[in-house]
Amino acid sequence: MKLDLEHSLASMKTQLAEYCKKNNIEDAIVVGIHTGGVWVAERLMEAVPTTEPLATLDITFYRDDFTKAGLNPKVNQTLLPAIEDRHVILVDDVLMSGRTIRAAMNEIFDFGRPASITLAILYDLGQHELPIAADIVGEHLALNPDQRVKLAGPEVLTVSVIDTH
Amino acid sequence: MMRSEPRALQLNEYGQLKHFLTLDGLDKTILTEILDRADSFLSMGEQSVKKVPLLRGKTVVNLFFENSTRTRTTFELAAKRLSADVINLNIETSATSKGESLLDTLKNLEAMQSDMFIVRHSDSGAAHFIAEHCTPNVAIINAGDGRHAHPTQAMLDMLTIRRHKGSFDGLKVAIVGDILHSRVARSQLQALTTLGVSDVRLVGPKTLVPSFFAEMGATICHDLEAGIKDVDVVVMLRLQKERMKGALLPSESEFYRLYGLTEETLAWAKPDAIVMHPGPINRGVEISSEVADGEHSVILDQVTNGIAVRMAVMSMAMSGQLQSDDTPVAKDEK
Repeated sequence: MKLDLEHSLASMKTQLAEYCKKNNIEDAIVVGIHTGGVWVAERLMEAVPTTEPLATLDITFYRDDFTKAGLNPKVNQTLLPAIEDRHVILVDDVLMSGRTIRAAMNEIFDFGRPASITLAILYDLGQHELPIAADIVGEHLALNPDQRVKLAGPEVLTVSVIDTH
Repeated sequence: MMRSEPRALQLNEYGQLKHFLTLDGLDKTILTEILDRADSFLSMGEQSVKKVPLLRGKTVVNLFFENSTRTRTTFELAAKRLSADVINLNIETSATSKGESLLDTLKNLEAMQSDMFIVRHSDSGAAHFIAEHCTPNVAIINAGDGRHAHPTQAMLDMLTIRRHKGSFDGLKVAIVGDILHSRVARSQLQALTTLGVSDVRLVGPKTLVPSFFAEMGATICHDLEAGIKDVDVVVMLRLQKERMKGALLPSESEFYRLYGLTEETLAWAKPDAIVMHPGPINRGVEISSEVADGEHSVILDQVTNGIAVRMAVMSMAMSGQLQSDDTPVAKDEK
């Protein structure tokens, strides 16, 4: 499967700008989820009306599969400004089950109570296991159960579909 | 009874930590992972809710056969910041004082579905013994046993050194005071040599710094000036006043005169040297108030770092316990 990454990113930028305008979102805090979400968020910053630098989130300590998967050996630092009553635009590369986003929202609320959270996703694979849907989607993909999307970066972003067999 | 080799007992089949009993046998990779993870937990202090759900639903038992308010409190706080339920058992007033054996006490705690024991004991090897006799899936963390080991204290000291000095490369470290009775010094020496510090000096009178420590890779110094000359880190150890009654030392004042860290004696170390102390401090016995509260002192940083290191060790040990039964799964699923 051939994916047009630049086209998807351009689509996200257009959607984001319109979304922010329609919902009167100004000076939002853009939060990328480590690792791929941060790379995508960096590309989207120019489309968001904000003066805040990019914020980052590592959800390792908030995963609900700790008892099965253990801990990631490398945990990136979560860097969030004061988010109380601020609009947050949460960005990740892939949305599949929705569990990562649930963990991310749990972590965000441990920093304060935002005014709103908007979810922007590069690739929505469906297969949601929680009632979580993205507001902004670069592309909807229908993959086989054992296929995954792999984003590589950060200097040059590339994307590929890999078999997990 | 044959004792298990520490490394085999502490690691699961994937080489991950499942108990934390001693630094003996743990390699640089694992020690560095503990420090990296602790760094991650330190940054958590910026959250308004200083808690993560990693150990939610797990029960941690502080099993203190020897009193230590500071260590118990930091373990309790670390467990609570990981969202675990914590039970503090004061063994002085518990069943063991009524004649119940240690193993019977353990079996009762296991029957309460405990997931982790934090063990403090005056006998060397107590935590090791408990790890050997506990049911699988209960992680044992050594919070200090006799003269043997105090691995979390040593690791919080390593975190403090790394955060202030950047790395361990080329560092000169002096550990000063009662080395003979100190489990902290033994664990510190193991940690420093494993992390690549080649110049570790043990400083104190001959009665408290026996020559056999040289076999562990340290230089023995009975003169304070030679011991702390040009060092980057000075670790002062508590001189336990109860030992003054014995024949090991003439008096507190004599010790302070010869080995006390004051502004004058600290000047022998490097100008940017840091001063550490595992606490509690005996002011005017091993260290002056001016130094303990001065700009070189990182003693309070050690306390803060202690919570993060204990969170790191507890989360890693719990993860290692879980994975010994479950096949690891890929971590990149979303």
